[in-house]
Amino acid sequence: MKMIQRLLAAAAGALALATPAALAAEAGHHPADYDFSFEGPFGTFDRAQLQRGFLVYQQVCSACHSMNQLHIRNLGEEGGPFYSEEYPNPNDNPVVRAIAADYIVEDGPDEYGDMFERPGRPADRFPNPYANPQMAAAANGGAMPPDFSVIVKARHGGAEYIRSLMLGYDYEVPEDVRIGPGQYYNPYMSGGVIAMPPQLQDGLVEYADGTEATKEQMATDIAAFLAWAAEPHMEVRKKMGLMVMIYLLVLAGLLYAAYRQVWSNVKH
Amino acid sequence: MSGPSTYEPKTGVERWLDQRLPIVRLGWDSFVDFPTPRNLNYWYTFGGILTVCLMIQIVTGIVLAMHYVPHIDYAFASVERIDRDVNFGWLLRNIHANGASMFFLAVYLHMLRGLYYGSYKAPRELLWILGVVIYLLMMAAAFLGYVLPWGQMSYWGAMVITNLFGALPLIGTPITEWLWGGFSVGNATLNRFFSLHYLIPFLIAGIVGLHVWALHVPGNNNPTGLSIKTKADTLPFHPYYTVKDGFAIIVFMIIFAFFVFYWPDALGHADNYIEANALVTPAHIVPEWYLLPFYAILRAVPDKLGGVILMFGAIGVLFILPWLDTSKVRSMRYRPLGRWFFVFFVIACLGLGWCGAELPDNKVPVLGAIGLNFLWLGRILTLYYFAYFLVILPLLGFIEKPTQRPASIEESVLGKGKSDASASAAPAE
Repeated sequence: MKMIQRLLAAAAGALALATPAALAAEAGHHPADYDFSFEGPFGTFDRAQLQRGFLVYQQVCSACHSMNQLHIRNLGEEGGPFYSEEYPNPNDNPVVRAIAADYIVEDGPDEYGDMFERPGRPADRFPNPYANPQMAAAANGGAMPPDFSVIVKARHGGAEYIRSLMLGYDYEVPEDVRIGPGQYYNPYMSGGVIAMPPQLQDGLVEYADGTEATKEQMATDIAAFLAWAAEPHMEVRKKMGLMVMIYLLVLAGLLYAAYRQVWSNVKH
Repeated sequence: MSGPSTYEPKTGVERWLDQRLPIVRLGWDSFVDFPTPRNLNYWYTFGGILTVCLMIQIVTGIVLAMHYVPHIDYAFASVERIDRDVNFGWLLRNIHANGASMFFLAVYLHMLRGLYYGSYKAPRELLWILGVVIYLLMMAAAFLGYVLPWGQMSYWGAMVITNLFGALPLIGTPITEWLWGGFSVGNATLNRFFSLHYLIPFLIAGIVGLHVWALHVPGNNNPTGLSIKTKADTLPFHPYYTVKDGFAIIVFMIIFAFFVFYWPDALGHADNYIEANALVTPAHIVPEWYLLPFYAILRAVPDKLGGVILMFGAIGVLFILPWLDTSKVRSMRYRPLGRWFFVFFVIACLGLGWCGAELPDNKVPVLGAIGLNFLWLGRILTLYYFAYFLVILPLLGFIEKPTQRPASIEESVLGKGKSDASASAAPAE
């Protein structure tokens, strides 16, 4: 029996090791470690940071990157950057309404069969910067800018990867990497070659909360915002997890006591 | 079931029902008064755990199917919609996706338990074979389910697996096209995969019924591998094992909940959050962790058909295992050599999983210094996997000298020449 116990421990260890090993294999530079507020079992999003990150998205990224799975209303939903207890329904939230109204959305057809344009509403999806993937690729040298909805989940390293990538343009190009026209070297990108030019420079945006918009600050903020965009329910998930864990641990304790009681008169 | 029924209908309604449909009697004899060896350890709790896993998958799956759209243009977005806009959809999907991993974790421990204690031997051959059928169906269900989110790994995983059938001579191409419902993995494929993914769990549930039936005829095996001889060897299932299984199930649920709430994407692949794209092949197509050992076996053979045959052979050999093991002794507890070969077998399975996760040309840590890459490690471990079943277990029965076994289950628990008066007299208090 001891042996099986040891084996099980070894198996658990091997399982734990095997997954990250497989994941790390294809990455170039490992993303730099950064202590995001939403890490760990009790981590939550920093609301001010999400707002700053959204500003970077709105003013910089959204020129090329879509965010198809998100609606503007998500910004004002519980856990979102602009959630306010005063406006549990994001359609009433003036900040969200103002953000939505800044977008021009195609709607229709109207009663005469014509498409028309109108200001955005919180219920709209974030408008796509390009009409279709082909146009997106054509406008960007053949490389379609990836959709941002779940990009943090779709990349090994998650938010830290995004942050490192945004700051990863200052490296010497190694001799064995060939950089074509319209390409840049970025060691965090798989293969080291990226079609996106460096985007961030100090002072590119002006934060409403007075935070200095350094490159590092903006890279960190956009990474945090995209982490939220990929999983708006993360805080609810962790909060519920705590309750579930407490419940299960108490139940396990009670069942163990019952087990000891039931088996107390029986040798086994 | 095992022995005469002890059910006594107490009320008129129960008597009325019992004469027409003795379903209460069936439940009573199966799960209340069922005589169960008194020495079952925690390795025997995985049957109950697996039942719970199946129920969780079916319940969460049915609700997810209400929101999922099996169409290549909408599947990915519908899964995102479940995560974002369906009430508790994120929870359902986390449970269902991680539930598959938990299901396999439990089934592997359940199978290794069976291998270690010789639970596949007479008179439990059919019980074991039904278990292997369930395992096969589980793999099919898991693979089909993994295709449904229509991410990059879904699509390319489906491509790799369905293409395996193309290796068959003559019938290969027709079979592959028949599986696809077209000439490539496409909308027809996704549709039928969804349909079959919904079907298979109910097939599994049916075979689980047979599995439990086949268990309740000979009764449980136990860590000593000895057959039940007297009533003193057993305890009624309820309350002794209901409470023990219940405790184990909750402990298992804690591990399950840890993944669901704190590490939900740990066991999946990041690429599956990229929508399927037939024009972009991922750098590294890997199956889910629970299928990695078979992937390593597949790749161990340079010939595609050979690899496919070997991979299916790795499961096929489990079907004839009851007749391959020639030892008269069931439990590895009393098999000094067999026990060690079993340990190496477990290591080989874990090692194969590791090989499946790595690129074949990558060097193995430490051993890479002598030129060992994962391809060759996979080959060596594949050889051992098959040797264990086809050479070691058949020969060991003739070579090995088993150690002294206790005379009965009762003796193994209480020591020689004693008896547990309290338990045999009134066990169910």
